[in-house]
Amino acid sequence: MPKHTLIAYVEDVPGVLNRVASLFRRRNFNIDSLTVGRTEQAGVSRLTVVVDATDAGARIVEANLYKLVNVLRVDDLTHKPALNRELGLVKVKVTAATRSQVLEFVDMFRARVVDVDEESLVIEVTGTPEKIGKFEMVLRPYGILELVRTGSVSMARGHDKLSANPPLVRAEVAASAADDHSHAGVSMSV
Amino acid sequence: MKLTGAEIIWECLIREGVDVVFGYPGGAILPTYDAMTKYPQIHHVLTRHEQGATHMADGYARASGKVGVAIATSGPGATNMVTGIATAMMDSSPIVCITGQVGSRALGTDAFQETDVTGVTLPVTKHNYLVTKTADIARVIREAFYIAKSGRPGPVLVDITKDAQQLTAEFDWEAAAPKLPGYRPNLRALPTEYERALELINSAKRPVILAGQGIKLSGATAQVLELADTARIPIAVTLLGLGVVPASSPFNLGMMGMHGEAWVNQAIQQADLLIALGMRFDDRVTGNLKTYAPHAKKIHVEIDPSEVNKNVHVDVPLIGDLREVLEELLPKVRTSDRGEWWAKIAEMKGDSAVRDIQALPDNGHLYAAHVINDLWRATKDRDTIVVTDVGQHQMWEAQYYRHEKPRSLITSGGLGTMGFALPAAIGAKFACPEKDVWVVVGDGGFQMTSCELATAEQEGIKVNVAIINNAFLGMVRQWQEFFYEKRYAATPMTGPDFVKLAEAYRLNGLRCDKRAEVNSTVKAVLADKRTTVVDFVVEQEDAVFPMVPAGADLDAMIRRPKREILAESGADKEWQMPNGESAAVSELTLTGGPSKAASVPAAKRKPAPSLKKKSAETSKKSSRPVVAKATKAGKRR
Ligand SMILES: Cc1ncc(C[n+]2csc(CCOP(=O)(O)OP(=O)(O)O)c2C)c(N)n1
Repeated sequence: MPKHTLIAYVEDVPGVLNRVASLFRRRNFNIDSLTVGRTEQAGVSRLTVVVDATDAGARIVEANLYKLVNVLRVDDLTHKPALNRELGLVKVKVTAATRSQVLEFVDMFRARVVDVDEESLVIEVTGTPEKIGKFEMVLRPYGILELVRTGSVSMARGHDKLSANPPLVRAEVAASAADDHSHAGVSMSV
Repeated sequence: MKLTGAEIIWECLIREGVDVVFGYPGGAILPTYDAMTKYPQIHHVLTRHEQGATHMADGYARASGKVGVAIATSGPGATNMVTGIATAMMDSSPIVCITGQVGSRALGTDAFQETDVTGVTLPVTKHNYLVTKTADIARVIREAFYIAKSGRPGPVLVDITKDAQQLTAEFDWEAAAPKLPGYRPNLRALPTEYERALELINSAKRPVILAGQGIKLSGATAQVLELADTARIPIAVTLLGLGVVPASSPFNLGMMGMHGEAWVNQAIQQADLLIALGMRFDDRVTGNLKTYAPHAKKIHVEIDPSEVNKNVHVDVPLIGDLREVLEELLPKVRTSDRGEWWAKIAEMKGDSAVRDIQALPDNGHLYAAHVINDLWRATKDRDTIVVTDVGQHQMWEAQYYRHEKPRSLITSGGLGTMGFALPAAIGAKFACPEKDVWVVVGDGGFQMTSCELATAEQEGIKVNVAIINNAFLGMVRQWQEFFYEKRYAATPMTGPDFVKLAEAYRLNGLRCDKRAEVNSTVKAVLADKRTTVVDFVVEQEDAVFPMVPAGADLDAMIRRPKREILAESGADKEWQMPNGESAAVSELTLTGGPSKAASVPAAKRKPAPSLKKKSAETSKKSSRPVVAKATKAGKRR
């Protein structure tokens, strides 16, 4: 299933994250990652949601997000020039023999060592989710003790802000949404 | 002006134009109930269950178009509301539910009668609020009403802590105007979409309008009829759309979908254009999605963008208020006669009509369809609202009661909530005291909320209850009959003596088990001032036809049997599905078969024992003996 990156601006009110998460569960969409944080505007939080969906499915997600009263704006960055970044912290086993090899990888990935111990290092790495995935892969043979990733945050490139009136509000709905989101057949309940 | 939170609640309700609320008190909402005594302008109806309160608010909303209000206490009071809220959500009915919550300092401690009601109702409300500060109450209630009634209507719940009700704050209605920066109820369709829609409408050869309740919600009946008239387009209606165009309109084909008329579904399947107006392609109207209206382009006029392309691929979405959209379209719709298409429809219709049970003369058996049809005849010249429950009777009502006006049928379409009818009817009566309100309900669903008879009695209002009593959970029994080889697991159901039950509530109770007496019974009901319950003792094993079996193509219906032939010969050759899969269905026991007409009062009938064991034993041999046994067990005569 392809992934889609949606940005949602939401009012910073209690329960808003719960509403968003509940909507995804209710509509049977799988959240790949979901991050939330403040924005330049007081009272407005910004969500980056990566969701397993086709283009058409993403339209449906968007339309449903708009139904939430606390959602101010939704944008789909999937097909736009955008920056996707994630932070990872990796605690990896090292020995006298492997330490320098691991440090080489830290260099290559432009990561940083943020904690040192006789038998382990904690490394901070930022970048695209793919890059962090690669980093994890190369370190795995040394023994990863602990790994945490924040999930993706995304921003469109260039000068423009997100459109104030994204497409869905003007009622453009992708052609084949129904095809890949339809629940086959008819429900069997009385 | 400094007021307590409880007083602010009532002040707000008054300003929102509320004159009746339905509720049930308890500790966490007690401050609000206490303050109520200062506000005699609002009538409070004490229900017998919080579910009843929500259905009443819903019935009130559906009958009046205004927002219905229900009040309950925290914890169990609030959770009892969930079914009613979900019902309103699925049918886009505007209600506001106000619940008490434990004190704000006790929140999250599992205090006595604490439930996270905003959490519980999150998926079944359009929006909800937890209010912990008195100063927020007025704004939140204003927002709740605004959200409930605007855009696509729906239920909003406001949970208010006990201390927020008790403490005081400045009350300033004007300053409490809604602040909803993200809420966009008034979307507008794109000009290019209008152009594409017009092109499709003007060039279609076999168009069909699909009329849903959005037409009623936006008050667009006249515009829809004008569209049909100008372009000679037939109209098929959804269950919730019944009444949005008059049944007698020559353009109105009738109901579509699972229990719609065969010719209506055929017309949809053969259409080259569907103009969906305020309906959402529910699985009960589409049948198998893969084969649904395969030749048709689809225009979808809908206020809620998340409905567009949800189930069915749409060629042209027109998002916005239906009436506005139609007013924009109408001047540019070309006149056309579409004679060929109408001729085709007439042909399909003629084929179906002979199968109608109405063609069956009175053979001494009381059929539910006859009861409904006679009820319609007896009440059609009065201003009548029919409120149905869920089950076979609901579908017979939809088929045989001819609704001429919007809001003359109230039924739980989306959630299919048994127990809805009686309380919703009480709510409808409060909305329209000048109208006759009839409840058409099964013996099963009636027993879910029959306690609300006491509410009707205490309030001194008159609703008329027609129990279609087949001593079965009829619709489930029908599915068992068709699809589970007649293993009637847990569907034979006894009831109390409904006449005595009504009398126990100091109401009027009648029984009718002969077709010849339906009319006089209805007259007797109308003549009585009290709420009246009629126990219509009907054929036990009747089935609703036509029927699209779950998963089948929309026009692959199990057709009506030709009953007059069947009644005489007992033959069952006529039972077949159009695709030839007739095996299971051809075994159906036929109504009008050899069983004797009901003549014994329900009270004297034998109770139906549990069938579990018997079914399991007998079903091994063949399905027929099970039927015989089950029938006997279920029989009351
Ligand atoms: C609350 C609830 N529980 C269960 C069902 C499933 N159900 C649908 S129709 C039906 C049978 C209804 O029987 P009855 O009320 O006697 O009406 P009839 O079908 O016989 O007209 C049932 C159990 C439901 N719709 N709602």
